[in-house]
Amino acid sequence: MPSIGTGNGPAISVEGLEKSFGAVRALDGVDLEAAAGTVLGVLGPNGAGKTTTVRILATLLEPDGGRACVAGLDVVRDAAALRARIGLAGQYAAVDEQLTGRENLVMVGRLYGERRGSARRRADELLERFHLAEDAGRIAKTYSGGMRRRLDLAAALVARPPVLFLDEPTTGLDPRSRLELWETIEGLVADGTTVLLTTQYLEEADRLAHRIAVVDHGRVIADGTADDLKDRVGGERLEVHLVDPADAPAAAAALAPMSDEAPQVEDATVRVMVQRRSGVIMDAAGRLADAGVGVDDVAVRRPTLDDVFLSLTGHGAAPGEAPAGERLEVAA
Amino acid sequence: MTRLAADTLVMAERNLVRLPRAPDLLIGFTIQPIMFVLLFVYVFGGAISTPGYDYVDFLIPGILVQNIAFGGFVTALGLADDLTKGLIDRFRSLPTARASVLAGRTVADLVTNTLSIVVLVATGLVIGFSFHASVLEILGGVALLLLFGFAFSWIFALLGLSVSSPEAANGIGFTAIFPLTFISSAFVPVESMPTGLQTFAELNPFTVVVDAMRALWLGAPAGDSVWGAVAWSVALVAVFAPLAVAKYRRTAAR
Repeated sequence: MPSIGTGNGPAISVEGLEKSFGAVRALDGVDLEAAAGTVLGVLGPNGAGKTTTVRILATLLEPDGGRACVAGLDVVRDAAALRARIGLAGQYAAVDEQLTGRENLVMVGRLYGERRGSARRRADELLERFHLAEDAGRIAKTYSGGMRRRLDLAAALVARPPVLFLDEPTTGLDPRSRLELWETIEGLVADGTTVLLTTQYLEEADRLAHRIAVVDHGRVIADGTADDLKDRVGGERLEVHLVDPADAPAAAAALAPMSDEAPQVEDATVRVMVQRRSGVIMDAAGRLADAGVGVDDVAVRRPTLDDVFLSLTGHGAAPGEAPAGERLEVAA
Repeated sequence: MTRLAADTLVMAERNLVRLPRAPDLLIGFTIQPIMFVLLFVYVFGGAISTPGYDYVDFLIPGILVQNIAFGGFVTALGLADDLTKGLIDRFRSLPTARASVLAGRTVADLVTNTLSIVVLVATGLVIGFSFHASVLEILGGVALLLLFGFAFSWIFALLGLSVSSPEAANGIGFTAIFPLTFISSAFVPVESMPTGLQTFAELNPFTVVVDAMRALWLGAPAGDSVWGAVAWSVALVAVFAPLAVAKYRRTAAR
C-alpha cells in the first residue's frame, strides 16, 4: 500500500504526458509533481491542455504517451483502484439538477459502495459543512451558481479522497462565492488533502497554490512557487503617480539614478525597475522633493503573475486579452 | 456482479426520482399515446379494413408495440443530457461498475414502460378493446412488450451516447424508428401494402412482435411469431447492449 498524505513521495507525479485529438496535439509532454498535502496550480489560457491533463489524471481519458501516478497508483494500470481515492470537481458543476442537494450526495455515496444509511449521514455532514443544509431538500436546479459549485465540491469529497482535482473551480463565480470557495479549499489542504487546481486566474493560483505550473500549447513552460516565477521576471517596480503630468520628464530625470534601466513614462505615471525593496520609497520621495515635483502616490510592487505570463508566452493569461505593447515592455 | 446490480439500482432509482420533476417527459408516456389511440381509432379506423377484427382490437397491440419501442427515448434523452451536463464524467470518475450508468437507464425504462402499458390498455378498454386471452397469455404479452422495450432501450442508449445533444437524439431517433413502426402490421394489415413494402414489413421485427401480441391477446394464429419476437428481442439486446457499453467506455475521449 502506498502511503498517502504523509509526505513520503509525491501525491501526483506526471512525466512526459502526451495526448492528441486527431491532428490537435493537446498535451505535448507535460511534467508535473505535487507533494502530498500541497496545492499544485496549473495555470494557463483556454486550450492550453489543463482540462485534458485533469481528465487523464482522473482516469476519464487514457494518455497516448508518458505516465502519471496519483496517490501512488498508475492512472491507466490501476484506474479502477484509483477512482476510490480521488475526487473530481469541475467548471461544469456536474450535479443532477433534478435531484435535491441531499439526493445528489447520497447517490454519489452509494455509488462509492456505501449503504444508504451511512451515505445519508455523510451527505448531511457535507451539507452542513458547505452551508447547504437549509437548502438540502430543494432540487439543485433552483440553486445559485455558487451553491451548485459547493454541492459539486461536496460530491467530490464524499469518499474523503486524499487527492482532489479541481478544474477551474471558480470560473464564472461572483467574487464572494469565489472567496468562499478559496477558503474551503484552504481548509481541505490544511486537513492534508492534496489538490491539483487548474485556473486561468493568476490571483487564484497566487493565493492557493504552493507550486504553480504554467502551461501553454500542451507544455509546461515554467514551474515553481509564485515567488520563483515572479523572480524570473526580475526586480521590483517603483511606481510614482504625479500631481501634474507636465512634471513627468523632471521626475524621470530625478529617479533615473536609482536604476540601470531608463524610467518609463506614461501620462502622470513614472515606472522604474529597482533591484531592492527597502528604502526605495524614502529614496524616491527625497529625490522627487529635491526636484520640486508634486507627488500623488509612490508605491513599490512586485511583478504579478500576469507579468510572468506575458513575459513567458507573449500573451496574457485571461481569455481574449490582447498583448498590449506597454505591458510587454514592462515584462520584457 | 453484485456491484453491478447495486450500482444499477442506485442509478435506476435516480432516473425514476427525476421523472415526476420533469413532467414533460411523463406527458410523453401518458397523454401522447392516448391521443394516438383516439386518432387512429376514430380518424383512420373507419377507413382501414381489418378482416376478422374490430379496428380497436387490431390497433391496441400494434400501438402498444410502437409505444414500447419509443419508451427507450427516455434513455437516449437522459444520456445525451447527462453527457452535456458533465454528469457522465462524474459517474466515470467514481468506482462504479462501468455498465451501471446504462443499465440503470434501461432498467428504469422498464418501470416507465409498465406505466405506459397500463395507461394504453386502460384507454383501449374504455373505448371498446377486449382481450380474447387467458390471464397467463395477457401477462405473457406484457412480459414480451417489456422485453422488446428493454431491447430498444439499449438501442436508444447507443444513440444517446452517439449524438451531440438531446435534440439530436430526438431528431435521429424519431426519423429512424417512426417509419419502421409504420411499415409493419402495427396499424394496417400487411397484405394491404404494395409488394415491395409487404416484403419489408414481413421481415420487420415490429411485425413479428405485433403479430405475437395479437396471438397472445386476441387468439390470432401464432405461427412462430411469439418465439420469433422473443428471439428478435434477445438478439437486439445481445447486439446493442455490448455496443452501447463499448461506446460508453470511449465517450470520455470527446
